[in-house]
Amino acid sequence: MTTVDVAAGQAVAGRQAQFRSCPFTGLRVDLAAQKLIIANAVAAVIFLAVGGLFGLLVALTRWPAVHLLPAELFYLVLTGHGANVLLFWIIFFEIAVLYFASAVLLNSRLATPKLGWLAFILMVVGAVMANVAVLQGDSTVMFTSYPPMKAAPHFYLGLILFAVGALVGVGIFFATLVIAKEERTYEGSIPLVTFGALTAAIIAVYTIASGAIILIPTFLWSVGLIGTIDPLMYKVVWWGMGHASQQINVSAHVALWYAIAALTVGAQPLSEKVSRTAFFLYILFLQLASAHHLLVEPGISSEWKIFNTSYAMYLAVLGSMIHGLTVPGSIEAAQRRNGFTKGAFEWLRKAPWGNPAFAGMFLSLVMFGFIGGISGVVLGTEQINLLMHNTLYVPGHFHGTVVAGTTLAFMAATYLVLPLIFQREVAFPRLAKIQPYLFGIGAAGISLFMMGAGTLGIPRRHWDMTLADASMPYEFSAAAFLMMGLNGVFAVLAALGGIIYIVVVVASALGGKKVDASRPAWQFPVTSAAGANVAKYGSHGTVKLPGTIILVGVFFVAFMLYYYVNWKYLSAVWPLR
Amino acid sequence: MSKNEASSDAPENIPFMQRVLDSPFLLLFLGVTIPTVFYTLWGVMEIASIPIAK
Ligand code: HEM
Ligand SMILES: [Cu+2]
Repeated sequence: MTTVDVAAGQAVAGRQAQFRSCPFTGLRVDLAAQKLIIANAVAAVIFLAVGGLFGLLVALTRWPAVHLLPAELFYLVLTGHGANVLLFWIIFFEIAVLYFASAVLLNSRLATPKLGWLAFILMVVGAVMANVAVLQGDSTVMFTSYPPMKAAPHFYLGLILFAVGALVGVGIFFATLVIAKEERTYEGSIPLVTFGALTAAIIAVYTIASGAIILIPTFLWSVGLIGTIDPLMYKVVWWGMGHASQQINVSAHVALWYAIAALTVGAQPLSEKVSRTAFFLYILFLQLASAHHLLVEPGISSEWKIFNTSYAMYLAVLGSMIHGLTVPGSIEAAQRRNGFTKGAFEWLRKAPWGNPAFAGMFLSLVMFGFIGGISGVVLGTEQINLLMHNTLYVPGHFHGTVVAGTTLAFMAATYLVLPLIFQREVAFPRLAKIQPYLFGIGAAGISLFMMGAGTLGIPRRHWDMTLADASMPYEFSAAAFLMMGLNGVFAVLAALGGIIYIVVVVASALGGKKVDASRPAWQFPVTSAAGANVAKYGSHGTVKLPGTIILVGVFFVAFMLYYYVNWKYLSAVWPLR
Repeated sequence: MSKNEASSDAPENIPFMQRVLDSPFLLLFLGVTIPTVFYTLWGVMEIASIPIAK
């Protein structure tokens, strides 16, 4: 793999990087990149622990029989939950993914590790500052921080520092692409996983720019230098960040699905062309969907709403559907190559379900599609959005995307990052084996039960569903109370899965055995030569995929039925006479 | 190897779409401009043109 070319290019330009050779994939790993990947991944896990604990407290408060926290603490903890999990956990991990997909997969050195450490420090300082502001109690503005609600200045400042740090990280990714190309560390096009990471990085630039444009004036407003912030203007620009950042997540976790499929069963994309086109659709159209958060906002035209959430966004949904076909398709093709050719589903039955990286990836794929994806299209349709706007359906939907989808995929990837980058064996392998199932079932449960409760009208971000001290009393149905109880039970399951993940990662990182490539605890990749597929350009080109076609058929039927049911429901709630 | 060399030395042999997808900065430009125009600028202009109540 290593060529003389590379070493020569190295000596001419830039820093003298030190490499080790990966015993599993044959890739060269820049040690400076490796350290940064470890630091960012560790920070991610710490913020997940904090944010996940907050999530459990929120869910226990919304469980009517428990109703744990008093009102003020509930909203404080809810604010902390959103920021720690959706921003800090996910974005630290994404920076690690960007460094991995550029330096490691391209066999290159990382551009300017020094700036990488600066970025890391900015992000840590920002995240800690925002947490301090929230815990001090005068920044209980929820995740969206809509004005005229005002937080303490260091809340906004923390978020700004964090964003600047992340932007530097994204810049290092682009610079590494340039270096790798100049130093010819790879041939032809970049591998698909890196292309997915590139998609994430591009969306990140727009995301962070939107964040800066709106948070800097809001910060100035909180210190008193600006008189007012127009709430509607704020919402439009803020969602350019708030929603687009979810699309970074989607691109990153789809890239990781492909990576995990390559590393665990030796999968190769069915068609580079098709998969890249799907990512290209993301780059062009995915970010426009930000408008779905403003569907009931007066003052903005239906043309703007419908163009951004329908015509353009469905092209991006098409991109997701393509990945939904090609990821399982490439797994099926690889498994058939591995010898599992009986019937339509032997490849799936005999997949490495005991490997938490594979299990987490596949669960993430299925749940992201069936729960997060379908509910997202329903919620993003202007008319049916009216049924559940600002109800618990919304958190139900996005726990299907960012928890069952992104978070589970990142957890799954961690089980490969530990041996490949930390060079540690996964500690407590028995616990690790059940972790994706426990967390996955919990995440699916909270998503579905919050969606159910939302369909019955329960508002999101509400401390007391009995509405005991409301001036206009209202009683929700018994079914709605049941949903919230079940939500609490599954929240406990998800939290248990989260705790196991954190224990396993910390124990492996601090005390895990050094990996011995000749006898890894998990047999991965399943076929010896397959690991290198993750860093290659090349299609498999199989079309005989009966199992995948059946799965996709089931998905479409579920999708259509559910979409239809919601229109039917709308016509009942709001009949045309 | 020789096939790869031919393709990297002679860009005219590479299909147009592949060349687009191989240009990260072109993609970056598209990915930032499209949402800025259709979502942000269009949205902001509509809000800015809402008449002020008297
Ligand atoms: C143990 C796991 C988790 C549980 C039990 C949980 C539970 C909840 C609950 C009950 C709510 C409040 C809904 C409301 O009252 O409006 C909520 C909100 C939220 N959750 Fe989670 N969650 C978990 C993990 C996550 C993760 C991993 C993420 C992101 C990656 C996430 C992102 C959010 C966000 C952004 C909000 C909205 C905050 C706001 O309205 O300002 N959650 N969660
Ligand atoms: Cu959104």
